[in-house]
Amino acid sequence: MLLIACPHCGNRPETEFRCGGQAHIARPEQPGAIDDQNWSEYLFVRKNPRGVHAERWNHAHGCGRWFNALRDTVSDRFIETYPMGASPKSETTSEARA
Amino acid sequence: MLEVRYRTARTLPLGRVEVRPSGVSIRPADAEARFVLRVRSTEGEVAGLPLDRPINTVSGDDRRWIARLGPDEWLIGVPEGEADLLQTSAASDLAGRAHALVDVSNRNVGIDVEGLRAAELLNAGCPLDLGDAAFPAGKATRTLLGKAEIVLIRRAGAQARYRVECWRSLATYVHGFLQEAGMGIGEG
Amino acid sequence: MAQPFRLSRGGRIDRSRPIVFEFNGKPIHGYQGDTVASALIANGIHLVGRSFKYHRPRGILSHGPDEPSALLSVDRGPGRVDPNNRASVVEARAGLRTTSQNHWPSLEYDIGAVNDLLSPVFVAGFYYKTFMWPRKFWDKVYEPFIRAAAGLGKAPTQADPDRYANRHAHCDVLIVGAGPAGLAAALAAARTGKRVILADEGPEPGGSLLHDPKAEIDGRLASDWLADTLADLDARENVILLPRTTVFGYYNHNHVAMTERVTDHLPSVAGQAPRERLWQVRAGEVILAGGSHERPLVFADNDRPGILLAESVRVFLNRYGVAPGHRLVVATSGASAYQVALDAKAAGLDVTLVDLRLEADCGPEVTRLRQVGVEVLTGHTVVGSKGRKRVSGLIVAPVESNGRCGARRVIPCDCVGMSGGWTPAVHLFSQSRGKLRYDDALDAFVPNISAQAERSAGAARGTYDLAGCLTEGFAAGAAASGSSETRTFGASPTLTGFQPVRVMPTDADPTRVRAFVDYQNDVTAKDIKLAVREGFQSIEHVKRYTTTGMATDQGKTSNMNALGIVAGQLDKALPAVGTTTFRPPYTPVTFGALVGPARHALFDPIRTTPIHGWAESHGATFENVALWRRAWYFPKAGEDLHEAVARECKAVREGVGIFDASTLGKIEVVGPDAAEFMNRMYVNPWAKLANGRCRYGLMLKEDGYILDDGVVARVSDQCFHVTTTTGGAARVLGHMEDYLQTEWPDLQVFLTSTTEQWAVIALQGPKARQVIEPLVEGIDLSPEAFPHMAMRTGTICGVPTRLFRVSFTGELGFEINVPSDHALAVWEAIFSAGEPHGITPYGTETMHVLRAEKGYIIVGQETDGTVTPDDVGMAGMIAKTKVDFVGKRSLARPDVIATTGRKQLVGLMTEDPKLVLDEGAQIVADPNQPIPMRMLGHVTSSYWSPNCNRSIALALVADGRALMGRTLHITTPDGFTRATVSEAVFFDTKGERVNA
Repeated sequence: MLLIACPHCGNRPETEFRCGGQAHIARPEQPGAIDDQNWSEYLFVRKNPRGVHAERWNHAHGCGRWFNALRDTVSDRFIETYPMGASPKSETTSEARA
Repeated sequence: MLEVRYRTARTLPLGRVEVRPSGVSIRPADAEARFVLRVRSTEGEVAGLPLDRPINTVSGDDRRWIARLGPDEWLIGVPEGEADLLQTSAASDLAGRAHALVDVSNRNVGIDVEGLRAAELLNAGCPLDLGDAAFPAGKATRTLLGKAEIVLIRRAGAQARYRVECWRSLATYVHGFLQEAGMGIGEG
Repeated sequence: MAQPFRLSRGGRIDRSRPIVFEFNGKPIHGYQGDTVASALIANGIHLVGRSFKYHRPRGILSHGPDEPSALLSVDRGPGRVDPNNRASVVEARAGLRTTSQNHWPSLEYDIGAVNDLLSPVFVAGFYYKTFMWPRKFWDKVYEPFIRAAAGLGKAPTQADPDRYANRHAHCDVLIVGAGPAGLAAALAAARTGKRVILADEGPEPGGSLLHDPKAEIDGRLASDWLADTLADLDARENVILLPRTTVFGYYNHNHVAMTERVTDHLPSVAGQAPRERLWQVRAGEVILAGGSHERPLVFADNDRPGILLAESVRVFLNRYGVAPGHRLVVATSGASAYQVALDAKAAGLDVTLVDLRLEADCGPEVTRLRQVGVEVLTGHTVVGSKGRKRVSGLIVAPVESNGRCGARRVIPCDCVGMSGGWTPAVHLFSQSRGKLRYDDALDAFVPNISAQAERSAGAARGTYDLAGCLTEGFAAGAAASGSSETRTFGASPTLTGFQPVRVMPTDADPTRVRAFVDYQNDVTAKDIKLAVREGFQSIEHVKRYTTTGMATDQGKTSNMNALGIVAGQLDKALPAVGTTTFRPPYTPVTFGALVGPARHALFDPIRTTPIHGWAESHGATFENVALWRRAWYFPKAGEDLHEAVARECKAVREGVGIFDASTLGKIEVVGPDAAEFMNRMYVNPWAKLANGRCRYGLMLKEDGYILDDGVVARVSDQCFHVTTTTGGAARVLGHMEDYLQTEWPDLQVFLTSTTEQWAVIALQGPKARQVIEPLVEGIDLSPEAFPHMAMRTGTICGVPTRLFRVSFTGELGFEINVPSDHALAVWEAIFSAGEPHGITPYGTETMHVLRAEKGYIIVGQETDGTVTPDDVGMAGMIAKTKVDFVGKRSLARPDVIATTGRKQLVGLMTEDPKLVLDEGAQIVADPNQPIPMRMLGHVTSSYWSPNCNRSIALALVADGRALMGRTLHITTPDGFTRATVSEAVFFDTKGERVNA
């Protein structure tokens, strides 16, 4: 069971959280102006990296807040958690590791 | 004409039976009024209860308390008789600020868990660190107990005293879980 | 009473407390402190089971958790029968009934032993090779055979009467294993005041010190040091010392699972103590000090009862005061077994030692042993053993300089202690995802790169000498607790070092020899070599093909020997072969411990409404809806489901029915931007909805498909009372919160779940108004003042209410929201007020039939996550003027706006009006078309309609709205039946009754 640092509540067990998938996919300001191709990518296309991944998490059984996290999908190590709307302090570009 | 009762008493889902496994008492709380307060700014007070305390803490006393569960969310408990007063005071204290004050007196059920081994009992189903350093008196948070969501409040005092709040339909499960856990401690 | 192999003194057993238990029906005498294994050995019993595949007689191999062979069924009373307990770890106690396994008719005479003669048949991959064809043999021949032969022991048939507890715990330092390294680590960590948990699988902490009574630590007897250390730790409030607690799983972020065996060792249990407790520990730092496992020697017939691991012989002698035999041969390729021979000699046994190593490669231990009069044969191999149900001799031979075996010699004996060296127990380290490193000097994999905050100490990382274990343990404890304290321990020297050997050199035909590597799964060296010859090169493949290491002991004794044989066959270095993955659990865990309290009423929360008790006492039958238990129907005496539902359905349309709708999800949406938020979340327009008015709301996901629906009332300018489906309450609130927090944090809106604040009493039918009129105050109920789809606040029976005039039946109806704690009283008052009008309680089944008669959809029944508003004929609800709402863009997706092919909601009228279609039945245009047929859609809802006096059905059919009046064919259990496509409304098609 993961231990996740909620920005508001500190370290809490994974069972209190819900994962919301890839982070930093903003809903288009004007969905009506988006063509079919881009709209389908917004809806359905997600990364599945081996390595550092920016994810949305919701502390559903805690403070109820959504936040972002950088997690290494290989080691399950959380590099950092940060509020919605913010950018991570750490490097996010490191992709697959050996 | 039919004879009907125009005034009804509250029928609470748990009886008032107190269970005392060794070293801990598990007691369904009396009917209380409770409100969920949502507001984005934390200045000032509501009906004398402070808003600016840290997230995951409780202020006030056993009768009138306010638990800050998130950045803009509080759970407030007051005696039933003060429910109307609280709503009136809140309306004036929060006048001009966007907020929601929602009556959840009938949604929530309280169970008081007290005694030397209360933390151990709660840890049968609650995954949090309930040690004195991590969860001292004055702490309050939403969390889990077994498969149910609860709000856990640690009251003031030397003796470990906790309030478990859950939703009405989960009260039978939560109470049963605590009773079962009570059988597992203090023996063997 | 006689225990012929009990030594006259010594051991940690309590000779003042004799005990008696049963083995295969016979009384076994032992002492408090014995394991079942030590008591059996004290009584001269070594034959305790038959092997898995060949049914060969097997004995006790080890003294600890690595025991592969001595698996017993343990009966602790009715319902308390457990198979596959290791005799070496079950504590002997009065009243225990143990039996051997895997034989028929008896342990002594086992028919299955014929497999031993057929062993050439049961080679590696036997199952894969044999049970291939013919295909038709599978069901009748192969599978029953495999099922009968598979598995060890018998699963219990009765429900487990024991209680199992669960406990979450946190600590700064968790120490696994209370041997010298673990104890020293605990001493160091405890002094810092940090929270320490020290868990050990044995009943008594001490590890190897328990069978090393003559050892000295810092000039004192180890036993005294142990007693003082335990007293020191016990006195500290920051230390939890857990005996009988096995750390079995090491998961993410130092989440460690362990089972504490609380009561199995007690002859009687006071109170309601649990049998076991599952600990889930979150540790700041973990110290792995779980020791090491001794390797057996691989030689022909190395599995005869009486052949033990050498160190286990020493444990039985020193810790339990029992001699595994009178004449002992110690066979070894290393030094540690010399201490076994020394202790056995001192205990009065006749001892011979056979060492594979050349004299020149041995240390001073040879001289020391010879000095006490023990014959030592260096440069000798073991080529076989004699005996059947008990070893009677060991066949040894010198290894010549050319590698050939010299003349054989049989050493008569009744007990063999063998040692092929040591393997650090890296299981938990490996589970933690740490990377292992092969250490040439140790001939073992040892912890290398940590993945989590953990460190290993002592034999678990290949440090075998006592002083080293203590010093290393203390250093680990200090470092893990942030202390810089160091301490060096002095201790009597330990005999260490061994020469790795995979298979003992032999002069026998290797194809005829059975030298066991994995005792529990009966895997021989020959099997592993065969697997490699057949092309299996990956160690993971060899493992699965031969099943080596796959038994409940998970290859604790066999792993390194198997790896070594594979490496040898492949002519590769051992690290190039690698090792198989270690997975939890470290040792078997009971299902009870994993389940814990989650059984019966605590299996899952059963959510009930405030009306539940009333429904129970009025004979309701219940159904599960999500976690809720809802009244399904209210049968009167003699009624079945259909009769009851028919009566309830009629009553609602002709009189008045009362229904508990409390489970509906409710959300209070409050704030200055509430209407704007509603506009964005729902397809409908909300800005102009007047206070006190309701609207049916339809909610989509961003992909354009229906997520939920429900009636929404505008309470005030800034407040909406939203209802959701019963099962969708949490999902909808989560969906709304997600958008509010992450996409539109600028909106000033607050959401609060009021699902359980408000109980909902639905009163439906032409007489509904008459029933509540006398009870309601402050609300004008007249149709003009209070029309359909309106909401008013007032009181009912003096209780504040939000009274909705809404209908999910098509009749005049009210949904009376009252605070939950008052709902039962209000319900009872309405019920008595309704009795003169024939008020009828109805359940969810009638609710479903009535809404289907009206063609009202149920989200999750008419929809399945691929259905748009237009598909169910609700396109008209979509606000035309809104630029955006969640899902709007997707309603313009090419696949959504496709002019043909979309499945649309229609009604189906069977030609036979009595035939009720199956929900989920498939629909085709022509039943005579070739297979595979083109499916047009499926039946979503189907009922007998008492009010239409015929069956009705709703269905999703491709281009259904264009098929009105057409005949389609629907699958039934017997073939196809015919039905006509109709509008999806069957009763009161003009919808006039709701306005009554």
